[in-house]
Amino acid sequence: MPPGATSKGIVLSESVDARFRKLFSIEGGNFQAAGSVSKQIKMILKQLSIDNDLIWRAMIVAYEAEMNAVLYARSCEVTLSVSTHCVSLQFKDRGPGIPDIGLAMTEGYSTATREMRERGFGAGLGLPNMKKTADRFSIESVVGEGTTLQMELDIP
Amino acid sequence: MKLKDIVEKADLQVFHAGESWEQETGLGYVGDLLSDVIASGRKDMLWITIQVHENIVAVASLKDLAGIILAKGNQPHDDTLTAARAENITLLGSRLNAYQLIEKLIGLGVSGNA
Repeated sequence: MPPGATSKGIVLSESVDARFRKLFSIEGGNFQAAGSVSKQIKMILKQLSIDNDLIWRAMIVAYEAEMNAVLYARSCEVTLSVSTHCVSLQFKDRGPGIPDIGLAMTEGYSTATREMRERGFGAGLGLPNMKKTADRFSIESVVGEGTTLQMELDIP
Repeated sequence: MKLKDIVEKADLQVFHAGESWEQETGLGYVGDLLSDVIASGRKDMLWITIQVHENIVAVASLKDLAGIILAKGNQPHDDTLTAARAENITLLGSRLNAYQLIEKLIGLGVSGNA
């Protein structure tokens, strides 16, 4: 795939009937705050009486996406939408973008620095984990602008 | 077995005794890649790692783990200890390396099977 190309996954369902929506923001490079948005999402899902197994899966995708934003992006806007049938998470970052999405989605491929790897990140598991865990997953990226991840988890 | 009894029998150092202290715990996991642990961690699981930075606390908190054991005599960073106290996550340590510690925990009935 050429630099700057975008790649879409399967078509995501519209969240027009969202009964709950909240925005969050993540600051790139802020390791101390890393995980705090995922934690807020977890608390909201609990308050909305979402099933524990679904919360457990939502935490995998939320934390992976949050860490990617902290590790690679300058900033990231997160939108949590909850409808009667699914939990939807969008992570839209301003950052370097991904030149080759196919490669980035390959388990084990990573552009992480040595410092990131020493902290236990950058094993090339993040994006594949998110795709495996979400019921629907899409990624779009523009080099030099940023990457948008959209993930949905169906409410049983 | 309750976590506090495992701590005593396995001779673990206590950096912070969190809300899981009195809870029953019978499941363990070892890993230093945070993506692996976030994907595989289960509720009430004890996590053995050599990572000492503050992000391990978020992983334990998000996955409702019973606690973190820092192996091989590793000490938590100050930020890690602060985070563990703030999140009330049990943070422990052992002089043993991960393999030796697993051997000891299996002897106490902490299994790797979910």
